[in-house]
Amino acid sequence: MIYWNSFSDFLAMGGYGFYVWGSFGVTALIMAIEPIVVIRNRKSTIALLKRQLRADGRAENRNAAE
Amino acid sequence: MKDRFNLYRFASPVTFYPLAGALIPWFVALSVVFGLAGLYLGMLVAPTDFQQGEGYRIIFIHVPASWMSMFIYLVMAGWAAIGLAFNTRLSGMMAHALAPTGALMAFLSLWTGALWGKPMWGAWWVWDARLTSELILLFLYIGYMALTAAIDDTKRADKAGGLLLLVGVVNVPIIYFSVKWWNTLHQGSSVNLTKSSMAQTMLWGMLLMAMCFWMYSIAVALMRARTIMLERERNTDWVKAVLAENSEGAAK
Repeated sequence: MIYWNSFSDFLAMGGYGFYVWGSFGVTALIMAIEPIVVIRNRKSTIALLKRQLRADGRAENRNAAE
Repeated sequence: MKDRFNLYRFASPVTFYPLAGALIPWFVALSVVFGLAGLYLGMLVAPTDFQQGEGYRIIFIHVPASWMSMFIYLVMAGWAAIGLAFNTRLSGMMAHALAPTGALMAFLSLWTGALWGKPMWGAWWVWDARLTSELILLFLYIGYMALTAAIDDTKRADKAGGLLLLVGVVNVPIIYFSVKWWNTLHQGSSVNLTKSSMAQTMLWGMLLMAMCFWMYSIAVALMRARTIMLERERNTDWVKAVLAENSEGAAK
């Protein structure tokens, strides 16, 4: 089933190792980093919106008290 | 008639937000499953190529990334057309959410293409019709993001960005058919509907990887879209309810 005879054969990619792993490596890196950036951005956006919401709530209470 | 299924309902962020949230884990899971199966077939089982040796294995990411870069652009242009015609809020958000992923796919297409071109053609880059039009696609993505980021008013930003997307859409068929229309260094397509020039395991490996890239793109774009929705609709009751619920969840 498996095409390769050994793990070092697999890594060497018949002499094309640099090109094949250079392609797969950068793709894997981007597909790992992009979701992390998106999730971090989501968390910071939610935190910011909550702060704004709380600030608005306090302002409203103050207005109601006056 | 009130309970009739209504497609417009899903065009509203209020219904789209929870739906997208429920779907994201499924797209992530599918992406991982398709990716593992595709890598297994493509990298471990598929035989060597008689012309290109093991270097051909770059195809398993090069072709899916290139397909996605073109398809995401078409979807964005479709959203832009809907947005300009019907003035829907969701369309601008979706186009906005897709753009960075599309740009990354275009970049990956060019990057893996350069790493494939060097050993096969002896050059990282040539000014060939296919390569040049794909580079223009990357610039269209970057241009869209820069343009929409430069305009403060979101409605106007969406309109300007939408126009750019619709004008740029002519580039997609040029990329796709460039290998037929011109004599390019880039090889013709390996897959078409009637016959394929690839071995079965190679073909399946590539199709599985394409499905992995599809699911990945949908998952990331939906995640981004949900954040954009909260940001843009921050003054609405539904966003305030979502934020309040989120606080309770965090306190528990």
